[in-house]
Amino acid sequence: MAITLSDDHAIPSPPLSPRLTPAQVWGIVLLAPYLLVFLAFVVYPVCYGLWLARAPSNYVALYNDPIFARAAVNTLIFLVIGINIKMLIALFLSGFFAQQRTWIKWLSVIFILPWAVPSIPTILSVRFMFNPEWGVVNHLIFSLTGDDGPNWLNDPTVALTMAIGVHIWKSLPFWTLILITGRLAIAQDLFEAAEVDGASWWQKFRFITWPSMQTLYITCTLLSMIWTLGDFNSVYLLTGGGPADLTHVLSTLGIRYLRLDQLSLAMASIVCAMPFVLPLVYFMMKRLSR
Amino acid sequence: MKLPSLRDVATEARLLLIGIPVFLWTMIPIYHMFLFAISPKEDAFSGKLWPDHPTLHNFEIVFKQQHYFLRDFYAQFWNSTLIAAAVGVLTLFIATAAAFSISRLKVPGGRMVLNLALFTYFIPAAFLAVPMYRTMGNYGLLNNHWALILAMVTIASPYAIWVLKQASDKLPVELDEAAVMDGATTLQIFRLVYLPLMMPSLVAIGTYAVLLAWNEYLYAFLLLSNDREITLPVALGNFLAADDSPWELLMTTGFIYALPPAAVYYVFRRYMVGGLTAGAVKS
Repeated sequence: MAITLSDDHAIPSPPLSPRLTPAQVWGIVLLAPYLLVFLAFVVYPVCYGLWLARAPSNYVALYNDPIFARAAVNTLIFLVIGINIKMLIALFLSGFFAQQRTWIKWLSVIFILPWAVPSIPTILSVRFMFNPEWGVVNHLIFSLTGDDGPNWLNDPTVALTMAIGVHIWKSLPFWTLILITGRLAIAQDLFEAAEVDGASWWQKFRFITWPSMQTLYITCTLLSMIWTLGDFNSVYLLTGGGPADLTHVLSTLGIRYLRLDQLSLAMASIVCAMPFVLPLVYFMMKRLSR
Repeated sequence: MKLPSLRDVATEARLLLIGIPVFLWTMIPIYHMFLFAISPKEDAFSGKLWPDHPTLHNFEIVFKQQHYFLRDFYAQFWNSTLIAAAVGVLTLFIATAAAFSISRLKVPGGRMVLNLALFTYFIPAAFLAVPMYRTMGNYGLLNNHWALILAMVTIASPYAIWVLKQASDKLPVELDEAAVMDGATTLQIFRLVYLPLMMPSLVAIGTYAVLLAWNEYLYAFLLLSNDREITLPVALGNFLAADDSPWELLMTTGFIYALPPAAVYYVFRRYMVGGLTAGAVKS
């Protein structure tokens, strides 16, 4: 029986097309389910949405809507300030959790809880804690000082800060976990050598830890920024965009327009975010598909 | 046993100074939820750190559906379970087939499909929600469980394909070649060689898809609205619609809703940490 080198498949049935081997036919068949999903639920909705948002008048309306401008600024604050604070804390805590102690091992098991549980009940729990009349926080303030506590979620700055806090609470464990893996990959003898040379804590970080982790750290920061653009829950469930629609971010604003039956505005607000999203996505794809 | 030196004590104290705030920060929202769940109605609003009369009465009300907001609790719990299971199965099927096709069969254009999937993965899900809502309306699927199932499969499969493709690239190509020499068909290779070797990654991806679907709020609340068709998170969100919401019951239901994913996470932690975090960020 002659098996030529080019014919790497021994299935006796003849190929369906003269150019495709049976393996390739199977390849197309097995890829088809995903392609169907992709066409029906990604390509079609995106094209349809872009078509809905085609009229320039939508963008004029957005430009004139103060809520849109506010949401854009809030989103920037969320990303630039919130994410960087989160990643710095994650970097710091990854060093803490890399310590070899039994109690720290146990703490790390508890620490992962916010990421493991769904966000709805925990965010609502935070929302109740800060309720001005019945929340436990203002009860404590009253019993300690005798004064009524502030109406936390009624101040847009405080409310947005708290939404960022809730976001950090939820996603800090995930990023810390990833940075711990990065830290543990650093060769231990580097630290031992530095110890012998009498290097300080800061020098060890500056010259050993940071150089080996900076690529990972920057990748994580960018990825977290992209994902946070889609963080609907932290804002919607805590503040609902209020007070007076001052704490919306782009993801909740789109849904707000949708609920007001202004679908073309909803799409247009998303299209406006694309010049910021697409370069980040392109950069991430370059990094990950190497 | 030697006494710890002053330096060791100082190090330990510094670590505790970090550890205690971390513990409090993590546990306070969860403890607050638990506190509401075990408090009788009058205690729940008193701002105490531990109720005077801890009780399981709230759980009884939820499980007996004895409140207006809870009259469809079992139906909603079942909806959440069914949808999460369906998303897990469908995502595994679609993603495994695609990863096998791209990585092992080297189908023409596979690289491009992978890039498209990766691109979808990076588009924030909340942005896709708006057009997706309208699309489901066009397909006539609104208020139908299939709308949520298909939407979640769309969101879960890109990452699933990507992780499974990375994992299958690591399997030696000689395995396939040996099976071909023995006269195995492509389907036999898939079933008898590929699937068994991929098991750890498949467990991780299945868990990922199930948790993603169980935890989803935004898509569920957009695509489903009928009280008997919605999932648990949407029902929890609906509690907020009323001014006199029974918080203690909301927190009890939320606690029950949060338990299964937490349990699943801790059971499969070994797979999740190995299979997912390694794939999530490759430096």
